Amino acid sequence: MSRAPFERIVERHGARVWRVCRALLDETDADDAWSETFLTALEAYPTLAHDERIEGWLVTIAHRKAIDVLRRRSRLVVGEVPERVAPSRARDLDLARALAQLPQRQREAVVLHHLGGLPFAEVAAQLESSTDAVRRASSDGVRRLRVLMGEER
Amino acid sequence: MTGPLSPGAPFPAAPLEPAADRVAELRARLADRAAERGLLDVAYRSLDTELGALLLASTPAGLVSVTFDGAAPDATLERLATSLSPRILEAPARLDAAARAIDDLIGGRSRAFDGALDLSLARGFGRDVIERLREIPYGETRSYAQVAAAAGSPRAVRAVGTACRRNPLPIAIPCHRVVRSDGALGQYVGGIEAKQRLLRVEGAGAAH
Repeated sequence: MSRAPFERIVERHGARVWRVCRALLDETDADDAWSETFLTALEAYPTLAHDERIEGWLVTIAHRKAIDVLRRRSRLVVGEVPERVAPSRARDLDLARALAQLPQRQREAVVLHHLGGLPFAEVAAQLESSTDAVRRASSDGVRRLRVLMGEER
Repeated sequence: MTGPLSPGAPFPAAPLEPAADRVAELRARLADRAAERGLLDVAYRSLDTELGALLLASTPAGLVSVTFDGAAPDATLERLATSLSPRILEAPARLDAAARAIDDLIGGRSRAFDGALDLSLARGFGRDVIERLREIPYGETRSYAQVAAAAGSPRAVRAVGTACRRNPLPIAIPCHRVVRSDGALGQYVGGIEAKQRLLRVEGAGAAH
């Protein structure tokens, strides 16, 4: 019985996890959530069931960590992205800003499905909702994003 | 319709990419935090030396593995994941002292590995042999037969050869000081040239 060195998991999935964190949080909080995600995963890794889909597992942890941060701050990040954040790329900032303006449920559905790559059934399980509902939230969210990003240009 | 959010188009092609230096920073910080929380079972780094690129790995107990495959470490990392723990992260800073100690040995600037060693990868008779190797003084050599005798199994000459080849900590534990009774160098995990070189450096340090 063998399992890949955890470093390989970070290498392969680090960027995906960061996208999920960043899409739900500002950059500083995203960094923390990224670290917490991989620390939690590292702890559980040796006993993880072998048939588990690693990237899906990581995305659900990342989502949970991001929500924890939001709850801890007892505010949902809606509206402006803080000014102290230096955007790495203009388009990224557009997307981050637009995502921050979505209703929370839409934002989570969009992030988990489109950025995290989870199938809608898994998004539904994660958000304790139905597949139809999260599919609808996601498609509403994407439509709203398109409008928001169009407006910003 | 065009653009990243067109229906049917993949959601923004490469959205929210972290910058490369940010990922490097995050990974370094992850290793530190993992170590703080006792979750980093094996840390590793590569080290460029005169003998080629080495791979060094350590546990909280000490340096646990030195191999000559720093340029292509996948197989060794898989083996460490299986035999020690899959909680493995690249953490160069955690191995700075060990790297310096190994480099000093190779360059003849020190005579013994200065630091903690974790021998948990050497088991059974191999472990006994490894312990005997540590007693061979700097600048000297022993034959496989002498080491076998010292380990209490004078007939196990071949097994000593095998144990040397499987020494998890070459350079730090001087398996290069074991040669054949007829004076030939015998084999070495890092290749015969590396063995020659290590012995030459020690000879220069001792006799000349």
